[in-house]
Amino acid sequence: MTMAFDYAPAPESRSVVDIAPSYGLFIDGEFTEAADGQVFKSLSPATEEVLSEVARAGAADVDRAVRAARAAFGPWSALPGSERAKYLFRIARIIQERSRELAVLETLDNGKPIKETRDFDLPTVAAHFFYHAGWADKLEHAGFGPRPKPLGVAGQVIPWNFPLMMLAWKIAPALATGNTVVLKPAETTPLSALFFADICRQAGLPKGVVNILPGHGDAGAALVAHPDVDKVAFTGSTAVGKEIARTVAGTRKKVTLELGGKGANIVFDDAPVDQAVEGIVSGIFFNQGQVCCAGSRLLVQESVREEVVDALKRRLSTLRIGDPLDKNTDLGAINSAEQLTRITELAERGEAEGAERWSPACELPSSGYWFPPTLFTGVTQAHMVAREEIFGPVLSVLTFRTPAEAVAKANNTPYGLSAGIWTEKGSRILAVAEKLRAGVVWANTFNKFDPASPFGGYKESGHGREGGRHGLEAYLDV
Amino acid sequence: MPTTSPAARSAGDTSYADVTASDASLRRFLHGLPGVDTVGLEARAAALGTRSIKTTAKAYAIDLAISMIDLTTLEGSDTPSKVRALGAKGAHPDPTDRTTPTVAALCVYPDMVATAKEAVAGTGIRVASVATAFPAGRTSLAVKLADTEDAIAAGADEIDMVIDRGAFLSGRYLKVYEEIREVRAACGDRARLKVIFETGELSTYDNIRRASWLGMLAGADFIKTSTGKVGVNATPANTLLMLEAVRDFRALHGEQVGVKPAGGIRTSKDAIKFLVLVNETVGEDWLSNDWFRFGASSLLNDLLMQRQKLATGRYSGPDYVTVD
Repeated sequence: MTMAFDYAPAPESRSVVDIAPSYGLFIDGEFTEAADGQVFKSLSPATEEVLSEVARAGAADVDRAVRAARAAFGPWSALPGSERAKYLFRIARIIQERSRELAVLETLDNGKPIKETRDFDLPTVAAHFFYHAGWADKLEHAGFGPRPKPLGVAGQVIPWNFPLMMLAWKIAPALATGNTVVLKPAETTPLSALFFADICRQAGLPKGVVNILPGHGDAGAALVAHPDVDKVAFTGSTAVGKEIARTVAGTRKKVTLELGGKGANIVFDDAPVDQAVEGIVSGIFFNQGQVCCAGSRLLVQESVREEVVDALKRRLSTLRIGDPLDKNTDLGAINSAEQLTRITELAERGEAEGAERWSPACELPSSGYWFPPTLFTGVTQAHMVAREEIFGPVLSVLTFRTPAEAVAKANNTPYGLSAGIWTEKGSRILAVAEKLRAGVVWANTFNKFDPASPFGGYKESGHGREGGRHGLEAYLDV
Repeated sequence: MPTTSPAARSAGDTSYADVTASDASLRRFLHGLPGVDTVGLEARAAALGTRSIKTTAKAYAIDLAISMIDLTTLEGSDTPSKVRALGAKGAHPDPTDRTTPTVAALCVYPDMVATAKEAVAGTGIRVASVATAFPAGRTSLAVKLADTEDAIAAGADEIDMVIDRGAFLSGRYLKVYEEIREVRAACGDRARLKVIFETGELSTYDNIRRASWLGMLAGADFIKTSTGKVGVNATPANTLLMLEAVRDFRALHGEQVGVKPAGGIRTSKDAIKFLVLVNETVGEDWLSNDWFRFGASSLLNDLLMQRQKLATGRYSGPDYVTVD
């Protein structure tokens, strides 16, 4: 859409980040090649440009890293909490100091807008390290008994949608509670984790406490199955989560899983409409909808359906799609060709099922992986687009007539990670929130995160909680 | 948008007559408007404030902002020479660069209208006057109407009217409505009417949305945030809210109403943030001085300095723009 007031491009400079042509695995405080010499490429989803070549971990590397973490565990867990806190505070401060560099790197590698990495991801990453640094010397006051003990070596596997933030959610509590870590970042977004490895060195973190193994699913599987791993933490798809649950079943390993979602965003007829529309937009178009707690099902009261959908369409027409490094970009690139294919297929399925598909007129860049913001109206619970997690900028609009129906529809999903309620009536917020089977329920807002607030799901959305006091428990022997 | 049947603006329409039949019916209508969530509204205004406007977009925005200024002097110490100086400044904001657009209007007290009118003769700049016992509005309707009549007789093209905030806050919506109607009638075809709510005194966003609808129902051509005489004047959030109101009003009635944030907008950066709000909330239909104004006096010089910076690549400084 051309407007009279057309914003000139405002790209963030790439020169603040220096990406090396190749990176190794980070094991025992050193960068090293994979045992079998394998490598893979990480590319920018917005341009398909190869950013760097990264060593690809195999089973032998996993074993090496776990042994390093095991060796480091004794001295690390023996440190007084206040000493561990010093390292975590140091890491948090370095993240803040290098946040511009990391934000640009994350945008290049992931494809999400710089606006989000700069204003949301990096501040949240630093906040997680600060928060958990604060806990490190207060664990005996956290309500888990007088001397809660660390578990040992944590094997952590994280996804590509919030690479650095998921790393922070995993590593900060693990270190604060005295565990050591072997972390496998996703194969499409390994770079910020490798920069984090450098930050660990900069902070003088003892060798082996944090090990980073870029790699594919086989490395993740080897890590989860490794007999000397005491704790498995995974964020990613429900399918992989189920596989992990099967692998660790019957072992002494503790496990937390943050899996998929199909969050309901419930808009009652007395909702503050303009703000609800903003919340719906943030709920599903934040990070191109590649968010496990995305509000991908809009449940709107029938009496205001037309008004809300019209307002939503008007609002989507102003979303700016394109170069993620442009500070004015609202919607960036889809993370990978594979993910784009999946979104495209599911959207086509929605159309085939008879739901009405709508996207604003918008031009998509010619290279890279792009999908326009998309609405499906006339969706029912029986449609696949209302049931399956699409993990892309696709919103399904359903209606309801009574609060009871809203609750029934919101809960009628195999998932249970997030939900939103929009109403001016406080008592209705409480009454409905209580009945929703979701780990997080936002009222008159959406996608708000704080390290002190536990996050996690019901049913196929996961086991356990991350963040807050509850999140500490997952890393302690209590 | 209200869930009750839309009230048409023309007095002949019966549903409209229903809404304005009594304080009670007007209250039902205004309180039936969708609520405003403070946190969400302010977050949206702040998010739009982070748009990065550079180079060509910035040049466009600066010229647009200059052309939208109601160059204002509302001091007890105003003199004819001060007003004449302001007129000259409005006509040629930057004497060194004649491509600089003129401002939209001069905004003065009623007794200065004739002087202002002379000062801008032939420039296309309009003269706006804060009639109706500005800024408090605490006089009888007869006095307000006489004040308005004086200003129009002296040549005012636009009347900036303050509402009776006391009446509004005590729920006497009908009184506020009728006063606006009367002043609107006094303006007739001779002047456009801007209705000032003094949003800082209305204090809640719900009140600001209600006042916006009340003003539009009563026939305001423009709705304006504030007088510039209280602590809180125009903010991105209250202006965003009023833009949403005029957008919804046009969707319902087909009639376009302008918006004027006033007071406290001093820098180009601020002004551009307001233009982004306009651009992304109501779009280009409002991106002209027919539908959007800045009530400001010190803003102009900052815009001129930024304009010179874009033209020359260097910052000049306050001595390279005129003081009045």
